Amino acid sequence: MHADITLTVDGRRHQLRVDTRTTLLDALREDLGVTAPKKGCDHGQCGSCTVLLNGRRVVTCLVLAVAGDGAEVVTAAGLAEGGDLHPMQEAFMDHDAFQCGYCTPGQICSAVGMLDEAAAGWPSAATPPRASAEGAVAELDDTEIRERMSGNLCRCGAYAGIVSAIGDAARRTHAAAASGIPRPAREGGRR
Amino acid sequence: MSTTSERPAARTGAIGAGPRRVEGPAKVAGTAAYAYEYRAADAAYLAPVQATIARGRVAAVDTAAAEAAEGVLAVLWHGNAPRLRTDAELPGLQQPGELHVLQSAEVHYRGQPVAAVVAETFEAAQHAAALVTLTYEQLPHDAEFSAGRTDLATPKEDHRQGDVKAAEGEVVVDQTYTTPMQHNNPMEPHSTMARWDGEAITLHESTQGAHMVRETVAELLGLEQGRVRVVAPYVGGGFGSKGPLHAPTVLAVLGARAVPHRSVKLAATRRQMFSLVGYRSPTVQRVRLRADAQGRLSGIDVTATVQSARLGDFIEEAAGPAKSMYAAPNRRMGHRAARLDVPVPTWMRAPGECPGMFGPEVAMDELAVACGLDPIEARVRNEPERDPATGKPFSTRNLIACLREGADRFGWADRPAEPGARREGEWLVGTGVAASFYPVVPPVGGSRALVRHAGDGRYVVSLAAADIGTGAWTALTQVAADVLGVPLEHVEVRLGDSALPLASLAGGSTGMMSWGSTVHAAATAFRRLHGDDPAPGAEAAADLPEVAHRDDYAMHAYGAQFAEVRVNTDTGEIRVPRLLGVFAAGRIVNARTARSQFVGGMTMGLSMALHEESVLDARFGHVVNADFAEYHIAANADVADIQAHWIDEHDPLVNPLGAKGIGEIGIVGTAAAVANAAYHATGVRVRRVPLRLDDFLDAVGA
Repeated sequence: MHADITLTVDGRRHQLRVDTRTTLLDALREDLGVTAPKKGCDHGQCGSCTVLLNGRRVVTCLVLAVAGDGAEVVTAAGLAEGGDLHPMQEAFMDHDAFQCGYCTPGQICSAVGMLDEAAAGWPSAATPPRASAEGAVAELDDTEIRERMSGNLCRCGAYAGIVSAIGDAARRTHAAAASGIPRPAREGGRR
Repeated sequence: MSTTSERPAARTGAIGAGPRRVEGPAKVAGTAAYAYEYRAADAAYLAPVQATIARGRVAAVDTAAAEAAEGVLAVLWHGNAPRLRTDAELPGLQQPGELHVLQSAEVHYRGQPVAAVVAETFEAAQHAAALVTLTYEQLPHDAEFSAGRTDLATPKEDHRQGDVKAAEGEVVVDQTYTTPMQHNNPMEPHSTMARWDGEAITLHESTQGAHMVRETVAELLGLEQGRVRVVAPYVGGGFGSKGPLHAPTVLAVLGARAVPHRSVKLAATRRQMFSLVGYRSPTVQRVRLRADAQGRLSGIDVTATVQSARLGDFIEEAAGPAKSMYAAPNRRMGHRAARLDVPVPTWMRAPGECPGMFGPEVAMDELAVACGLDPIEARVRNEPERDPATGKPFSTRNLIACLREGADRFGWADRPAEPGARREGEWLVGTGVAASFYPVVPPVGGSRALVRHAGDGRYVVSLAAADIGTGAWTALTQVAADVLGVPLEHVEVRLGDSALPLASLAGGSTGMMSWGSTVHAAATAFRRLHGDDPAPGAEAAADLPEVAHRDDYAMHAYGAQFAEVRVNTDTGEIRVPRLLGVFAAGRIVNARTARSQFVGGMTMGLSMALHEESVLDARFGHVVNADFAEYHIAANADVADIQAHWIDEHDPLVNPLGAKGIGEIGIVGTAAAVANAAYHATGVRVRRVPLRLDDFLDAVGA
């Protein structure tokens, strides 16, 4: 059985016919040739396929393509659209936050989505109970970052670099916001 | 430290600097193409069908329903699959039995491919694979690994010096240590895209060695090597399992032969990664140390029992490192193997050394406790002057320097001598140390590099090496730039394609030693031939230089790892807030990527200490926890303060570059350091990994 769907991926609109068994991940990779999201486990257990789906980080192997009809998807490639790397991507390079690179696009999408969640006051298991009630996570320290990034596995063991890269990117973005420099624009519907 | 001769002239200082990864932009943007990701208008998808018995024969295959399913192009089984040359001589690292896929009715392990479907789409292939019906003649199988078996084989004669039974001394440590079956699990599953055009076959492959794949596939198909091309610029990790070839690659090749002019794609599912691409054998290590009251060893006796397969022999040489770690006049090291009806084990990061430094390094901690010695002092007292295994002098051995520097950096001096002495709220806190060791091994295969002047002072350096995440791409750029005396951005390194000059396999931590030395030689030859103002198109090539002193010296890298462990008195939860390693591994070419290699190895070692265990159900012969929800690897929250440092070690004897290799030593010793720290925290000695909550609960519970 097939269905016609529309996907906007990294700012580009696609109409495609998909097998209803196809996951969003396979539709991106096999039908559209968008291979920034990776298939690492196909079970929602590794995070390699993470994209920003309508602005939130989502593992695309657990979304059927038909359920994503009309969605806006931003992949790591989309974060770098226009040729300039996103500050998170620069930070990953600076901190050598990857080795083989296979989990990396997912880590980066996850990190970008995670910073938005924290900014919106979403708590994590590492957040003291009262902090979230106050509507914001006061300080995104390393423990918070580690906890919030634990859905993205890295077999090369680049976690130490990932945590420092995200902390660095968060500070840079925060400093840019404080100085009135607009945050880098991103395709895809933001909350 | 021996600093007997000058290093090769560094013209730009590029060697030893820490530039960012040259392929970094492609990786962070997700535009680097891995094997499965090449665009093909004519893609077809292969889904394996795996045996549901551990031993026997396929009696009948019913392919009718699968063949009738929509989108199916071919259903392969042993009766119709393209023939391989099963008598071909394959490179020594390959397991021929594992690679003779669909060539007979025999089933040697549960999960063995017994059929395969090639279809227009991934979904159609998966569906049709489920429609293939197999009937088996099942035979009794044996998948029960135990050191108590009476049929253990002795794969080679034990290493003996002196008479270990006659060793004297009042202190005895006689214990058994075990490590479990573990799976490599690179994040990129083993993947192949194979296309047969009637004359030649092209493979896009996730591999640690394009030339090795080319040679092996050519042999299996009876083709000249020139008709096999293997492309593998980006590889999503391997950790050994992508060194030797495994069944999925052969399946994709068979699929391509069966459906010519189509690009047949196969990526192992994560579940298939637990049955089709090898694993690290479990080990049972009987370690007997005998020493005098001052902790000076008189005897070291290590027997490692490991698992091998009836289909092919692979010995995890876990008794190996004890041959050369510590001085003792009387020594015996040997292996016993249980050959079972299971998949063939394979290389996994630091095969032999990684599990083989767990037992002895915990035993050394036990020796220190028994003698009332600091664990560092216990090691210092047994420092050999020459390599105990061979009697040769060491090219360099800086174990003690690593222990001392690590102790300073870690704050070891504040440590209470007694275990269980430090309590912080509901946490018991302890620290532990263990040594790391990895030999300088000869590279698997030769290497040749080509340097070409592209004009305008820009150079292209080519060899078929595989950067599986090690940083080879960047480090080789540095080596070439340094010797040529040009800025980094004037050098373009091309890797990962069998059309490029021969390169040895990415294995045994040999990349910088072999490819680095080869690029060094080629760039040196280029300048010698063409001077400083070469014509565009000028070229020079060189082969891997001979290592003049290989037979005269014992060459090893060393390290010391320190761990802080906290064990919760209510839950038994084990946390590792600090890990610190100091390594002596020769010259470090890129400080940034080298740190990642060390820290990455230590992180995998932490993962071994706390999580990793493949559970084989001997009744059926399969791994029951075959995914990331049940086979845990370290996640981000497991890793806290983790540091790697190194000693500036000059070793001109190992190779012209002075590099010993750093890809594996980081995982060696970590688990022992963690177990030793857990003992120091709690007084509970655990002689098995992974450490578990219930190991500690009875003793520390409130």
